[in-house]
Amino acid sequence: MSLTILAVDDSRTIREMLGHTLRQAGYQVITAEDGVHGLEVLQTERPDVIVTDINMPRLDGFGFIEAVRAEGASRTTPILVLTTESEPEKKARARAAGATGWIVKPFDPVKLVEAIRRVAA
Amino acid sequence: MTELSLDGRDGSELISFRIGEQEFCVDIMAVREIRGWTPATPVPHSPRFVRGVINLRGAVLPVIDLADRLGLGTAVETARHVIIVVQIGSRIVGLLVDAVCDILSTADHTVQKTPDLAGDHMQNFVKGLIAIDGRMISLIDLGLVLDTHQAEAA
Amino acid sequence: MPMDPMDAIRTTFFIECDELLAQLEEGLMAMEEGSADSETINSVFRAVHSVKGGGGAFGLDPLVRFSHVFETLLDQIRSSQVEPTEAVVATLLRAADMLADHVSAARDGGGVDEARSEQIAAAIMSHTIGGSATGAYEPEPAEIEGIDFKPQMISLDLPAAEPAADFDISALLASAAAEPAGEAVANDEEGGWVVHFAPHASLYAKANDSALVLRELASLGEAVITVNDEALPTLDEMDPAGAYLGWTVRLPGSVPEDDIRDAFAFVDEDCDLEITREGGAQAGPDIAALLAGAADPAPSVDEPVDLLSSLLQGAVEAPAAAPVAVAAPPAPDKPFNLMDLAPHVDELTQSAPSAPAPQQAANAPPAPPPPQTIRVDLDRVDRLINLVGELVINQAMLAQRVMESGAGKATDVNLALTDLELLTRGIQDSVMAIRAQPVKSVFQRMPRLVREVGEATGKRVKLVTEGEGTEVDKTVVEKLSDPITHMIRNAIDHGLETPAEREAAGKSAEGVVRLTAAHRSGRIVIEVSDDGRGVDRVRVKAKAIEKGLITADAQMTDEEIDNLIFAPGFSTAASVSDISGRGVGMDVVKRSVQALGGRITIISTPGQGSRFSLSLPLTLAVLDGMVVTVGDQTLVAPLTTIIESLKPRAGDVRPLGPNNFVLKIRDAFVPLIDTGAALGFGKSKFDPTEGVALLVESEVAGQVALMVDHIQGQRQVVIKSLETNYRPTDGVAAATILGDGRVALILDIDGLVTAHRKAPPRADTLAMTG
Repeated sequence: MSLTILAVDDSRTIREMLGHTLRQAGYQVITAEDGVHGLEVLQTERPDVIVTDINMPRLDGFGFIEAVRAEGASRTTPILVLTTESEPEKKARARAAGATGWIVKPFDPVKLVEAIRRVAA
Repeated sequence: MTELSLDGRDGSELISFRIGEQEFCVDIMAVREIRGWTPATPVPHSPRFVRGVINLRGAVLPVIDLADRLGLGTAVETARHVIIVVQIGSRIVGLLVDAVCDILSTADHTVQKTPDLAGDHMQNFVKGLIAIDGRMISLIDLGLVLDTHQAEAA
Repeated sequence: MPMDPMDAIRTTFFIECDELLAQLEEGLMAMEEGSADSETINSVFRAVHSVKGGGGAFGLDPLVRFSHVFETLLDQIRSSQVEPTEAVVATLLRAADMLADHVSAARDGGGVDEARSEQIAAAIMSHTIGGSATGAYEPEPAEIEGIDFKPQMISLDLPAAEPAADFDISALLASAAAEPAGEAVANDEEGGWVVHFAPHASLYAKANDSALVLRELASLGEAVITVNDEALPTLDEMDPAGAYLGWTVRLPGSVPEDDIRDAFAFVDEDCDLEITREGGAQAGPDIAALLAGAADPAPSVDEPVDLLSSLLQGAVEAPAAAPVAVAAPPAPDKPFNLMDLAPHVDELTQSAPSAPAPQQAANAPPAPPPPQTIRVDLDRVDRLINLVGELVINQAMLAQRVMESGAGKATDVNLALTDLELLTRGIQDSVMAIRAQPVKSVFQRMPRLVREVGEATGKRVKLVTEGEGTEVDKTVVEKLSDPITHMIRNAIDHGLETPAEREAAGKSAEGVVRLTAAHRSGRIVIEVSDDGRGVDRVRVKAKAIEKGLITADAQMTDEEIDNLIFAPGFSTAASVSDISGRGVGMDVVKRSVQALGGRITIISTPGQGSRFSLSLPLTLAVLDGMVVTVGDQTLVAPLTTIIESLKPRAGDVRPLGPNNFVLKIRDAFVPLIDTGAALGFGKSKFDPTEGVALLVESEVAGQVALMVDHIQGQRQVVIKSLETNYRPTDGVAAATILGDGRVALILDIDGLVTAHRKAPPRADTLAMTG
């Protein structure tokens, strides 16, 4: 059974790109446009891995991760954070919020899939 | 527009039609359809050979009286007249002719150069001649039929 | 439609860029007005951030470099490090324009004005804390790799998404336990790696998994894994979210250290970790360093001290090739099952796909539906609109046929036809609504224009917009940009005074240009007003006389004088300025507006400003028309131009000169035009008393009476271009198809009046020549 990935990003371009890359690699992909939407999706979906952006309207990536970790069935779901640069402070904040790992944008498809493989049970 | 090489024998097909006593033809690739005569709506300030515009399934296209255009006199249209709908560049245009005759292949017939007949208006629009069974068929250069400069001169 | 997925995403990217640039512009305008809250500033930041993110994915380096500089300043504003002063916002606005240029260049393959880009980037950096030193964007090597994002990379054989089913950690652990641990590394020439790994509870809290890390290590080479459960408390002491196990993993010395470290990249802050080379003489430099560190009372390394000492102990105890004995193998009588011991076992079960859905999720209300929109290729909508146009024509044809067949009005057929007509109208309205768009997309381009024109003319301008949500058919939206651009240029260039002049006149130095849109009686009205000096009527009139547009003794109302600026060949600027030079004259603007069935006028108050008013139909697809007969032709006059229709009485028609007539309507005389003659297909004799006069409002000659033979009725008609297959024709705006399937021409009132004025026809001799 193929794994399901939830990709949360406010940029349609990035969502499409993530979707394309991950489907190509054999994953099922669902997407959400921001943190709030992501949490809504998690009420009915049970992805195996979550990939999320940081800068998003309504609820940013940090808030989204904290909310996911706080309660609900997805609190043990691995979450990978998309960061634009390998900014140490952003990574640290994401980790503090409960991120499992990170992917540096612009992402390399091979590395993206590698990162997901690494955290997917 | 499809160009025909003058030495012919490239296997293109042609549709031949009649205007008065003369036979003409155009490249079949340019022909969209052939339909019966329907009255055209005259358009102001148009050259005489433009009979007006007709409705072809929602598209408005001009109808050119080919007889008039070639200097063979004005057609007096009857129900037997036909409109050959051709594509010239990006435009769709109807050609009013007396009747459609035949489909020919250039593979079977040689296209000759038009002899130089000084002062003949029609020569401008004919880019070659084909002889079949003693008949002579003139190959029309569609590109010039709607040419505006030619149109003003007509 | 099969399309290269990357091309499709690229298309998405540029569509998104347009939206982001609009969002950026909107936010910056709010900042300029001082009405921005923190979310506005965040959205501005995100817009640039997303442009940069997408640009990076497509390797658009100049775009990425510029947006990086831009983003850096926005980030500092967002975090209140930099105050968004007027000067800063001005720079941000210029940067937004430049970013738009970068996006266009990236999309269309052109270049940008490098010097300008550099200059604006420098201006941004001058406001940025840290300035150019930290502002410059140097992509890291890793990112360059990422930037080089090409479709073929995706088509590479990516690792399949199966969760390494072949890897069974308990089996591996079992084999590790069975095998004498030392042997695996004893033969290794380089000295094997010994990795001590003790997760903290935080590792599991972040949904990382020791088993996955171990799996990762095992994939690097032949791994010998031993578990350390010394810290394991008794069951009643155990915190379910705690972490009690540690592992020692031995790997061949040939495995690169970076690969090992990489396996811990996500977890290295949530565990105790040591990676050392094993074995006496070949002990890695790490050991030596650590030993040296131990001699130092204050180790400077940030490893936890307890780890350090435990390792030291191990190193000291290991003069032989024996493995560092830290981990005890699991007791043989205790069957080892990692899953049983894992502290997060309950969560794992919960998230397993096969587990029954937890009660909470089952009872949760369904997620609120996201805004229901779909993206549709415009071609499809256009096709639909064309088809509905055909339907309208067909319905009219059917109705006409039925009527000709003699069926009575109250027959079932006719009643059904009436329903069909209503349905058809409904479909048409709905379909047109699909293509309706707010004028916002056009309005959004104007702030930039205002800035540029203001800069070029040395005038200070504030743009106020209103009604940008007003919707019109997309075909009309596209046609709005040019006239609005010209009206605004004209307002700033000719209308507004310089700051000094304004202050001298007691006005504020900053001029206001107001751009508004509204629906008014089935049309869209766009107004551009300024608070400038108004039209200089004395100068305009003098100019018009000089150019021979009017006679020196012409009696004109103020409004007529103002509208002279639309007269062909008129230009008020003493010298063609850069601004006017870039555009065309207002006469060309007026003509193009008229060609669309629109009107453009100007009203001005000296010293207080001018107002341009542009009105256009809501759609260019259909038109409400008056169907009339002229000779044997059926023509359509746009209903919006018609003021009234009347039957002239003999006494009201007066000849004027040899060829012209005027019609007396109440107390005014208006020119009478024989429509057939003006179009070149009049009948042999012109007798106004036999026909009907349509009193129309023309732009070129005010009110004019058009003579036609009969009025057939009012009808909505589908507009068909005459130019697509033929050519534009004076006096004819377009064509349509009537119920009988024949083409009817739609009149262009102004074209007709102009044609009539140019060559007044001799009404009694004209015969139809077509």
